Amino acid sequence: MILRLAVVALLAFMTLPTVVVIAVSFNPTAILSFPPAGLSLRWYENVLTYPQFQRAAANSLVVTAGAVALALPIGTLAALALERGRLRGRSVWAAVLLSPLVVPGVAAGLGFLILAAALGLLRSRGVLIAAHVALVLPFVVRSVWVSVRNLDPGLERAAASLGATPWRTFRRVTLPLLRPGLVAGLLFAVVVSLNEFVVSLFISNRVTEILPVAMFTYVVNYTDPTIAALSSLFIVATFLVVWLADRYLNLGRVFLK
Amino acid sequence: MTKTVVELRGCTRDYGPVRAVDALDLSVYEGEFLALLGPSGCGKTTTLNLVAGFVPPTAGRILIDGEDVTDRPAHLRGLGVVFQFYALFPHLSIRENVAFGLRERRLPAAEIERRVGDALELVRLNRAGRQRPSELSGGMQQRVALARALVYRPRVLLLDEPLAALDRKLREGMRDELRAIQRTVGITTIFVTHDQAEALGLSDRIAVMSAGRIEQLGAPREIYEHPTTRFVADFIGASTVLRGRAVAADRVTVGAGRLHVRGGTFRSGADVELAIRPERVRVASGPGDNVLDARVEGLVYQGAQTEVTARLDDGQRVLVFVTEPAPVPLAPGHRVRLHLPADAFMVLG
Repeated sequence: MILRLAVVALLAFMTLPTVVVIAVSFNPTAILSFPPAGLSLRWYENVLTYPQFQRAAANSLVVTAGAVALALPIGTLAALALERGRLRGRSVWAAVLLSPLVVPGVAAGLGFLILAAALGLLRSRGVLIAAHVALVLPFVVRSVWVSVRNLDPGLERAAASLGATPWRTFRRVTLPLLRPGLVAGLLFAVVVSLNEFVVSLFISNRVTEILPVAMFTYVVNYTDPTIAALSSLFIVATFLVVWLADRYLNLGRVFLK
Repeated sequence: MTKTVVELRGCTRDYGPVRAVDALDLSVYEGEFLALLGPSGCGKTTTLNLVAGFVPPTAGRILIDGEDVTDRPAHLRGLGVVFQFYALFPHLSIRENVAFGLRERRLPAAEIERRVGDALELVRLNRAGRQRPSELSGGMQQRVALARALVYRPRVLLLDEPLAALDRKLREGMRDELRAIQRTVGITTIFVTHDQAEALGLSDRIAVMSAGRIEQLGAPREIYEHPTTRFVADFIGASTVLRGRAVAADRVTVGAGRLHVRGGTFRSGADVELAIRPERVRVASGPGDNVLDARVEGLVYQGAQTEVTARLDDGQRVLVFVTEPAPVPLAPGHRVRLHLPADAFMVLG
């Protein structure tokens, strides 16, 4: 009985903020009050028609797509090198690749800002993409590394004995068997990049800013439920991505195996 | 008939400070089934990997059909390999696994289809095909691995402990089948095993390996009946090795006893090592020629036979397999007389 209460309390604690945000997003009045006074979609309309949000959403898509497209192959090669390569100072390499997990976002953001300013690149989305590559790389490396570890090197020898060149072996054997790790890494990377805020805040301007930064700017200037509506859309979108991945890419297997 | 297909010339392979294979010379003849036999760590698998091209030799050359392939990568050597745990591709179906080597050779689809069918038939797996390897039993996976290695008609077949992962009953059946398939195809085969029964039963010749070297190379019967070193005598079939001193060309004193060794050509006064198989030693009912006194140390009942460990008066141990009711009751501490027939000795060294 006590255990059940504890579970209910924990679930409530974890989901309540989300529930509150979604509820507030339907509030017809311009105050962030809870419980909502009625039901209205006006804030959703505001979200979808607000030009800065449209621009930021497009930026988010470009930055995330670019960062993931770069981080996936880089992270895969890094994971292969870390597990298989004749590397000197393997643990140092691993620490560097995984370091964005422990470096405070403010420090990283400041670093990228100074670098980008020095190189005169502050006006481009390229800087954002580069920063996001660094930030999602640990997740890609981690998940692919697990798959590399589970990979039997005997399979690649078998492919070689059957006449496959190293490249063909990689294409026909290594890559397909790394799929679980690649899928998991891809998902993590997408979710992390879409939600990245602190570092992006430092290195974006009104033209290049991505959605979380645009949301922050909006909240600083206005306090109406628009932001709750946008947050709700974000939550639903993320949920959909994970759900679809689970459905079509067999996520359960990826994480359990 | 005795055309050399695979030849290793002075092949050495070091792993850091460890010398896995030590200046090995070996010729494998056309169509023969050669076993590399030895305990784990003797270098037999490394030798196989050298031939396959999975590891380069630290020194020495490897020739196939007289051609130096030392620097040729594995995928260009055109050999068939069956791995210890089969190494079937888990993401491909049985047919796709078998077709792998043919696809890499860019054969037309119809030809691939036909040859995969033939190969599966050869290993009696015609109806498996769409399944994944994990859906098959160990024995069936073994057959798939064999079909996959044979389907493109390689020059040489390399087998790395192919039966080790099977349970005992299956292993014996598979052993016979493996031999039959090898005979049918007539392919030159190198077979790595630590199981002496497998090596004796399957091979035309056996190379007994120890510490990266070949201790003895010969036909199974020769290896079993005339081991030339203590290691081979011990490794091939349990055996007892006795040290003694020659007193005549065919007479040796062992402890307090005196043994007649048929066919002995010893120099008087020389130290001699004699090996004898435990199944040849008998428990004697009384004193006689070639009978030594001993004390029973331990008994292990094994159903078909009882394994008796006895110690001679000078402290040397003798292993005896007793298959019939003993003429005297056997128990630890009891004194026994052991008959070591004059024709049962193998002279080592």
